[in-house]
Amino acid sequence: MKIALLGNPNTGKSSVFNMLTGMRQHVGNFPGVTVDKKFGNITLGGEDHSIIDFPGTYSLYPRSKDEQVVYDVLSNPNHIDYPDVAIVVVDESNLERNLFLFSQIYDLNIPTILVLNMADIARKNGKTIDIARLEGFFPGTKIIETTARIGVGKDRLMKELQFKEPSTVEQAFLPNYKLCKLDDQQGQEKEANDRFGLIKKVVSLVEQQVEKPTAKQQNSLDKILVHPIFGYVIFAAILMIIFQFIFSFAAIPMDFIDGTFSDLSSWLSNTLPAGLFSDLLSQGIVPGIGGVVIFIPQIALLFFFISILEETGYLARVVFIMDRLMRPLGLNGKSVVPLLSSAACAIPGVMATRTISDWKERTITILVAPLMSCSARIPVYTLLIALVIPNEKVLGFLNLQGLVLFGLYSLGLVTALLIAALLKMLIRSKEKGYLLLELPSYKSPRWGNVGLTVWEKVRVFVLDAGKIILAISVILWAMATFGPGDRMDKAEQKAKVHAWEQHLSAEETNSNIASARLENSYIGILGKGIEPVIAPLGYDWKIGISLITSFAAREVFVGSLATIYAVQGDSDDNKRLIDRMRDEKRSDGRPVYTLASGASLMIFYVFAMQCMATLAVVKRETKSWKWPLIQIAFMGVLAYIGSFITYYILS
Amino acid sequence: MNKTLAHIKTGQHVIVTGISDSTLKPKLMEMGLVNGKEITVLFKAPFGDPIAIDVQGYILSLRLDEAKLILVKASNSTEDFV
Repeated sequence: MKIALLGNPNTGKSSVFNMLTGMRQHVGNFPGVTVDKKFGNITLGGEDHSIIDFPGTYSLYPRSKDEQVVYDVLSNPNHIDYPDVAIVVVDESNLERNLFLFSQIYDLNIPTILVLNMADIARKNGKTIDIARLEGFFPGTKIIETTARIGVGKDRLMKELQFKEPSTVEQAFLPNYKLCKLDDQQGQEKEANDRFGLIKKVVSLVEQQVEKPTAKQQNSLDKILVHPIFGYVIFAAILMIIFQFIFSFAAIPMDFIDGTFSDLSSWLSNTLPAGLFSDLLSQGIVPGIGGVVIFIPQIALLFFFISILEETGYLARVVFIMDRLMRPLGLNGKSVVPLLSSAACAIPGVMATRTISDWKERTITILVAPLMSCSARIPVYTLLIALVIPNEKVLGFLNLQGLVLFGLYSLGLVTALLIAALLKMLIRSKEKGYLLLELPSYKSPRWGNVGLTVWEKVRVFVLDAGKIILAISVILWAMATFGPGDRMDKAEQKAKVHAWEQHLSAEETNSNIASARLENSYIGILGKGIEPVIAPLGYDWKIGISLITSFAAREVFVGSLATIYAVQGDSDDNKRLIDRMRDEKRSDGRPVYTLASGASLMIFYVFAMQCMATLAVVKRETKSWKWPLIQIAFMGVLAYIGSFITYYILS
Repeated sequence: MNKTLAHIKTGQHVIVTGISDSTLKPKLMEMGLVNGKEITVLFKAPFGDPIAIDVQGYILSLRLDEAKLILVKASNSTEDFV
């Protein structure tokens, strides 16, 4: 049996889903579209059934990409996900609006169960509903009252599902109902009128309002949270606390992961018989997996906080107060969350844009999201800052290195907003953006939902970004290990002879050999090939190699440099790598890493789209190669010009 | 006289009398903004846009551009929201 779970947003639908399935949930895709399909299994009387949690929607007629899937599935009885039974979750304290979607689904002749959720809140508001009478208006439908947040009503709902029979009566609330075509605006308007007309009568008969609902309590909290001054102050304070938490707490597991994977690498290369396979494992695959896993703590923490804000209802207020500020930039109040998420990782950030119903606002948000400094930039920034920025105080109390880091973050944010404003003028769209957003009542977060959100986001990151990062790591390893013909072996011989003539120590000899081999590998040849292009930015071919390799993912930059300079097993704050980089000289004896070239590199990493995984996700979300290509082009131009100017000014 | 929701001050009650033709019309209606619906302007965002209204049972926020589409008349209701 296929069960569909449907309902308006903010009705506690996901609580019902969690209550029914527990942790037996999966995420897949609806065929042909990229909307996530959340589904789970429930066992009824020893039999397993699948249940799909559809995106929350107010009507069968969609307003956004996410909602469209509800129409696509329910309008087509031959669809693979067309349900045998529909559970429609309804917020009991808001019966009238909720019955709109329910009655639409009922009129499609799908056997339905109506779940009146949040019964406790309705009681508190002095509302009672004559359930028997309401059932009378919808023959064939059973109504179940639940408070899913605390698990009340689970048994009754399960039992009802188990014994649900295909309805024998013709389900017709609105007589002779036919689902309108998506472009039939008049038909949809007429339906809304007729349907609400009937619903109003029904509600007036079944609902008892002991006292008028008051928006008073609600209002007092909103008075502060959307206040012209305090509203923004509170939002800024919450952001600061969140990022403070993320950066201080995520460091602990990240150091642990980093240490574990580099230990594993060296253990493997020491234990396995030397050879290609051992190298592939210890230099390609293991560091590749480590490069994915290391971001999990930050991503998990960020989404932990975001989903708490969402659960409490505060996030909708953020959209409310930010909308007017974002609009001149071609963005939407709803762009705030994707941009925030991108400060951890652009991948979940880009995916979070699906709630933006306007195509243009959504596209602009996607295009600028990767300019927000993500966590993969942190290892690059910290290495370069430690390398060229002195650790001293300015104005007596500000740490200069910290200040530079803050500056890089701000530069990313400001650029993102400026580019958005520019894109607003460039991108044409027939439709006008709009905002129709329910401000849900404030609630305490349901921790089960928070946990599941975190789990889902981490899972998507690991699968989407992870496989690309891993694959590229292996490809790059191969490109650094092999070279054309016997070029690498010849270079090795030459280095050996050179070392023997100069009476170098064994360690120096090995390091020279590794370096010589790399120089003559495919990747070394590539690095030399782009040297003329990057020389105006202050980079040599070794940096060129690292730029190419870190196109897969920015943090690969650090590891590549460690390989190039033959500084392995360096986990102590990159100290050996930094010392080695400071000694690096150009052919004319000048140091390679100066303030000018270091700062130029930092600017490059602020702007450049050095992330294959994000490109892949943007392609998936915009359904064409056009936008990811535009994105990589404009970010590349920004990076090149920005770095060039920086290098030119500072040298 | 046709007044729109965009002109209504915070705290005032009005009744929806219609929605101007626009691609958003069905969406607004589906959110419960149908003829005869009594609504109250609850509060406005900084800069007066978007606004939040009580649609009998839930709070809906919308931009002034959307509010301009919603035609309203004064409600006789005397109760006071503060």
